[in-house]
Amino acid sequence: MLFAKDAPREDIVVRGARVIDTAAGVDAVLDVRVDDGVIAALGQNLDTNSHQVIDAEGLVLAPAFVDPHVHLRTPGREDEETIASGTAAAAAGGYCAILAMPNTDPVVDSAATLGSLIEAARAEAEIPVGFLAAITKGQSGAELTEMGELAAAGAVGFSDDGVPVAAPGLMRRALQYGSVTGRRIALHCEERTLSRDGQMHEGEVSAELGFTGYPSVAESLMVERDLALAAYERQPLHLLHLSAWESVQALRRARAEGVQATAEVTPHHLCLTDEAIRSLDPNFKMNPPLRSGSDRTALIEGLKDGTIVAIATDHAPHARHEKEVPFEAAPFGVTGLETAFAALYTHVVEPGLVPLEVVLERMSAGPARAYGLDEPRIAVGSAANLVLLDLNASYRITEETFRSRSVNSWLLGETVKGKVRATIAAGRVAYSS
Amino acid sequence: MAEIRVMREDLRPPASPPRRHFISIKDVTRDDVERLLATARTLERSMEREVKKLPTLKGRLVINVFFESSTRTSSSFELAAKRLSADTMSIKSSGSSVDKGESLKDTAITLGAYDPDVIVIRHPQIGAPNLVARVTAAHVVNAGDGKHQHPTQALLDLYTMREELGRLEGLHVAIVGDVLHSRVARSLIQALSLMGAHVTLVGPPALLPRGIEAMGCEATTDISVIAGADVVYVLRMQRERMQEGANYVPSLREYTARWGVTPERLRPGQKVMHPGPMNRGVEIDPRVADHADALIETQVRAGLVTRMAVLYDLLTTGPIEVKTQSVLEVA
Repeated sequence: MLFAKDAPREDIVVRGARVIDTAAGVDAVLDVRVDDGVIAALGQNLDTNSHQVIDAEGLVLAPAFVDPHVHLRTPGREDEETIASGTAAAAAGGYCAILAMPNTDPVVDSAATLGSLIEAARAEAEIPVGFLAAITKGQSGAELTEMGELAAAGAVGFSDDGVPVAAPGLMRRALQYGSVTGRRIALHCEERTLSRDGQMHEGEVSAELGFTGYPSVAESLMVERDLALAAYERQPLHLLHLSAWESVQALRRARAEGVQATAEVTPHHLCLTDEAIRSLDPNFKMNPPLRSGSDRTALIEGLKDGTIVAIATDHAPHARHEKEVPFEAAPFGVTGLETAFAALYTHVVEPGLVPLEVVLERMSAGPARAYGLDEPRIAVGSAANLVLLDLNASYRITEETFRSRSVNSWLLGETVKGKVRATIAAGRVAYSS
Repeated sequence: MAEIRVMREDLRPPASPPRRHFISIKDVTRDDVERLLATARTLERSMEREVKKLPTLKGRLVINVFFESSTRTSSSFELAAKRLSADTMSIKSSGSSVDKGESLKDTAITLGAYDPDVIVIRHPQIGAPNLVARVTAAHVVNAGDGKHQHPTQALLDLYTMREELGRLEGLHVAIVGDVLHSRVARSLIQALSLMGAHVTLVGPPALLPRGIEAMGCEATTDISVIAGADVVYVLRMQRERMQEGANYVPSLREYTARWGVTPERLRPGQKVMHPGPMNRGVEIDPRVADHADALIETQVRAGLVTRMAVLYDLLTTGPIEVKTQSVLEVA
C-alpha cells in the first residue's frame, strides 16, 4: 500500500544517540546498526564494519514519523506540490511514510487515476507514499466509488477529505461496503449548513473582527453522527483533523463504549488558538479553523490520554499569489510537513504540555496503527525507519528552508527549537542536514 | 500596526521613516481621539468662512480607492482632501483593472508607484487596508473593510454625540439592528468604550454575534431597552449581505414589527443616529428619520470635518509629536 522509488538499502551505524522507542521499551544512549536497510543490532560500542557512520552524540533517535494526512496536489496542481517535492519535504520533516488525500483534479476515484499515481510514486517518491481514494465519485457525495477495485489497486484507505459525506444514508453504505475492502474510511466532519461561509472559529475573536463564524458544533455534530453510524454498523472509522472540545468528548465516550474509532489532530490545532487570526494573516486560515483555548486544551488532553492516536499535518500547499490576498479571499490550508516536529517541540513539549515520548508515539506508531500499516520500530529485525532529532537546535523558519513547492506556513519568520538532522526511511538515508 | 504579523519579510514596509495608518479603532488611544476631535472642531469653525479651502496639504496626493459602492464616505473623503488643498484621485473597482482580474496587491503596488501620501481604501474584505499598507509606502486610511472596521465613521459619530450632548463619558448608547454584518457597529462599540460611554446592542438573536459581549458591551433582543438610552443608533438592515436562505430573520416585515425604531419606542427628546443609507420603513420609521431629534444630516456634516482632521493629523503631525505609536500606528 506504500510506494517509493527503488533505491539501494544502506548499511549505517548511528553512533551514540539517545534512542527513544516507548513501545519497544527503549530509552537509552545506544548505537544502532543497520545492515542492508534492516536494524541488525542495538548496543554499546558496536562495530562499524565498513558502514556509513552517523555521529549522533547529543541527539535523539526515534522511530521515523508517519503522516496520515497530506495533500500532494498531484494530479492537477503540480505548481503547488508534486510527489517528488512533497516526499522530499516529508523526508526533511522526519517522515518515513505519508498518506496522500484524493481531493485532486481529477479526484482519485478510479483505479486508472490511482494506478498513474502509484506509477509516478515508484519513479519519484523520496520516501514511501500511500494514496487514499475517494469514498464517492468526484467527492460529490452522491455515488460510491468502486472501493473493492480501488483497494485491490493499492488504495491505502478512503476519504472525501475536504468535503463531508453529507447524506447519512450514503455514509452508512460507505461504512457497510468499506468492510469488504479491509481499508480504513477517514472522515472530514463538517455540517455545511452550520459552517457555511465560515472563515474562522465562531467566538469572541470572530465577533470582534467581523469574520463569519464556523462554529464548533458544525464539526462535533458530524462527529456524533459518524460515531453513531460506526457503532450501529460495528465498523471502524478514522476521524480527520479534530478541532473542537465537543468532538473529543464524543470520541472519548464512543471509544469507551467500544466503537472502533481513531482520530488525528494537527500540529496547528495543538499549538495555536483563534487569537492568531487577529493578525489577519491568511497563513492562519485552515479548515477546520483554529479554535478557542479550551478546545486546544481538550485536544492536548485527548492526545495525552490516547483518545486521539495520531498527529497529522494536513499539509495543504497553496500557490503564493492565492495566499497574498485578504483573509476571506484566501483558500483554506497551511503547509506542515517540514515544520511539524519543531512546531510541536516548541509549543507543546518545551512548555511542558505534552511529554516528548507521547508526541513521538503519536507522530509514528499511532498513525501507522490507525491505517493498519507496519509501525516503525527501533528493534532488531525491523526495517530501518529512523529520525534523528536535535532538541537543542534553535533556528528561524524562512521560505528558503522549504523543499515543498509552497511556502504557506504559519511559522514563517518564527524562531523554533527542535530540528530534524537525518531521516532514514525504508532502510535508506532520505534526508540529512 | 504593532500586532500585525507580516506575511513575508520582503513585504514588510521600510523601517524608516515611520508611517502611520488609521485602520482600526482598536489601536487608537483616548488621547488620540481627543486630539482628532479637537482638530475637527477647529476645522469646522474654519468652514464657516466664505472661502473654505485651506492650504495645509498643498502638494500632497490623496488617492481614494473604493472597491464597494459609497456615497457619503467617498464624497466626504474627496471633499476633505480638496478643502485641505491636496491633489486627489478616485479609483473605483468597476471600470478599473480590477474588472480584468487584477489582484488587490497589484492594484496597490500600481497606485503606490505614484508615491501617494495617503491611500484611502474601502474594500469588501477584512484586512484589505493592512495588505495595502504592507505593499505601499503610503499612509493608509480604512474607509471600511468588510464587516471589520470603519474607524472614520466611528470618529464622526463620536464628534456628533459630543457636539450634541456635550459629553461622551457616561453616555448610554443603544445600537439597534444588524450588528453581525456591521463594521460601523464594531468600530463604534470600541470607540464608545474607549471614551467611557456605555453600549447596549439590540437586535434579532442571529444578528447579534456570539461572543460580542467580550467587546465590552451588553446585548439583548428586547427593543424596549432603547427607551433608556441617551442615543439610539440605528443600523441599516444590510439586505445585500443577507445570504439567500440564511433566515437571520423570517422576513423584513417581521424585523420591522419587532425591531423597527418607531416614535412609540422612543422617549421624547432622545437623539437618533443612523450611518446611512437608510431603509425608511424598515429599520427606521420615516417619522423618526425626519424628526428634529434625528442627527443624520449632522452626522454627514461631521463626516467632512472629521475626515479632514484625520488627513491633517496623518500628514502634519510628525512622528515626534505623536504621543503613542499605536494611534495611527507605525506599521
